[in-house]
Amino acid sequence: MRNSPRAEAKRAEEGRPRWGLPLLFFRARKGEGLAALGFLFLGLLLIALFVIYPSIRTLWLSLFNEDGFAGLSNFAELFSDREIVDFSRFLRREPPWGALLHNLVWIAIHLPFTVGLGLVLAVVFSKVKSWWVGIARGAIYLGIVTPLVVGGVIIRYLFEKHAGLVPQVLGALGAGVPWSAGWTAYPETALLALIIGSIWLWTGFSMVLHSAGLSTIDRELYEAAQIDGASEWAQFRHITLPLLRPVTLVVAAMTFLWELKIFDIVYVATMGGPGGASNVLALEMYFSAFRELNPYRASAIATLITLFSLPVGYWFAKKRLGR
Amino acid sequence: MRHGNILAKAIAILAALIWVIPFIGVVMTALRPSQEVLYGWWKPPFHFSLKNFVGAWTHPTASLSVGLRNSVQVAIGATLLPTFAASLMAYGLGRLRFPGRGPLLMLIGLLLALPQQMIAWPLFRQMKALGLLNSLTGLVLTHSAWGIPWMVFFLRGYIETLPVELEEAARIDGAGRWKTFMYVVFPLMLPALASVMVLQFTWVWNDFFMALILVFDPNKMVITQQIPLLRGQYHVDWGLLSAGTLVAMSVPLLVFIFLQRYFVRGLIGGAVK
Repeated sequence: MRNSPRAEAKRAEEGRPRWGLPLLFFRARKGEGLAALGFLFLGLLLIALFVIYPSIRTLWLSLFNEDGFAGLSNFAELFSDREIVDFSRFLRREPPWGALLHNLVWIAIHLPFTVGLGLVLAVVFSKVKSWWVGIARGAIYLGIVTPLVVGGVIIRYLFEKHAGLVPQVLGALGAGVPWSAGWTAYPETALLALIIGSIWLWTGFSMVLHSAGLSTIDRELYEAAQIDGASEWAQFRHITLPLLRPVTLVVAAMTFLWELKIFDIVYVATMGGPGGASNVLALEMYFSAFRELNPYRASAIATLITLFSLPVGYWFAKKRLGR
Repeated sequence: MRHGNILAKAIAILAALIWVIPFIGVVMTALRPSQEVLYGWWKPPFHFSLKNFVGAWTHPTASLSVGLRNSVQVAIGATLLPTFAASLMAYGLGRLRFPGRGPLLMLIGLLLALPQQMIAWPLFRQMKALGLLNSLTGLVLTHSAWGIPWMVFFLRGYIETLPVELEEAARIDGAGRWKTFMYVVFPLMLPALASVMVLQFTWVWNDFFMALILVFDPNKMVITQQIPLLRGQYHVDWGLLSAGTLVAMSVPLLVFIFLQRYFVRGLIGGAVK
């Protein structure tokens, strides 16, 4: 009887619990804790089994090696490992510079380009009206839905020696090797080819969000600015840019996370080669775990990627939870 | 002002060329014999045929007909299961008040930023122990669990925009939490569920890393895994590879074309506003 809808409704109307002690656990309204458990159970079970438990296990493994507890020595080893960081070559000679530095270089180039290009293209395509605009927009957006494996194939194809468009065009313009040869086969150019290709693939994401942000800006602001004689640039600088700032930040955060865990493109296009010149952390983690069967080192690398990701994730979660 | 418009048009045309031409290249390559495109797909002569598609479809070690079937099964399963679990969870977190709710939301929020590498090795061991390696079920469970956090975040945000008066009315009429959810909230959530399902389906379809780790039996591989296998042993067969990529892309492409509204809305999610 106690759980009949009528009784529940009555309690809801009263808005105040009747029972003292048990309600320490179900503070606000009686029974909500149990009801909540019912709603959360299936989701929590799946997350706990296949996400949280494995993550904790990885964190745990990162503190061990074959001999037992190892403290932070796995991490110390990573930072003195040339496969991960190689400052002796960094910017002085051609890659490999180590997976971590490759990831950072990737971010340093890819982040400003995708975020900026997406913003510029969103503005540009909101101004241009023509029959082909839909096709162009569609092609740019295609990068979002293209499987990254396919993206890797296309990148490889674009930069291939004889069959590839980019080296052929550059060669015709008079560029020498390696620019006119297969970019993915030379250590000087392999990483750059992947980064450029990934800009090509990911700009659509930035553009979609910026376009959506643009459509929420009040047209009257621009009209008022035009009456005051503001130039196009001034309108962009003082209306569009500041009002799009929240969107830009979100795009930047999600792009950063995307770059940190980049894997598929590299696996398909170069396998990290030649000679590790385009290796990245996620790929190194995969090799470490599933080729060298060294879960300890692999776990340390995975934990490293997570440590870079979590501050951004925390900022993002806080923002979306409105705190 | 006119200068601005000319500049905008110039940038738009350049962007259009940069983004359209590579896709044209892939289509051209897929439709022509490999020897013809060895020195560039833009060079004549042009002989068009569907041979590359037939070759990829019936490939001896990576037959796309098998991969496509597996991908469809995984993507559908790993869309329906987490959508169900996440919509319940989102309601619980959005409307019910219970101790630990805040920290739980924060935990789920943090999971959104977790890289897949963080679960890879233990998950592999776990699936091995459960006998779920080389099985589509293992992939479905993994992708489901992986998708739930962002789905919950998205759906919870949506639920909080719904008027609470409807639910209160239902409760005063005698409906409990479950009935309120099933008959009042769930129907109102349908547009958000469409977005969530479209995005999850696409992401599961496009996934490569999880499948690479959990499946290595050629008969259980999903289509994204087969693409690298089409490359050929001694030289890259671009025709076969291009045909394969087009087949692998076709499904997310169709989803995007026909459900673009939901797709974009899902992407925008909490970003804009």
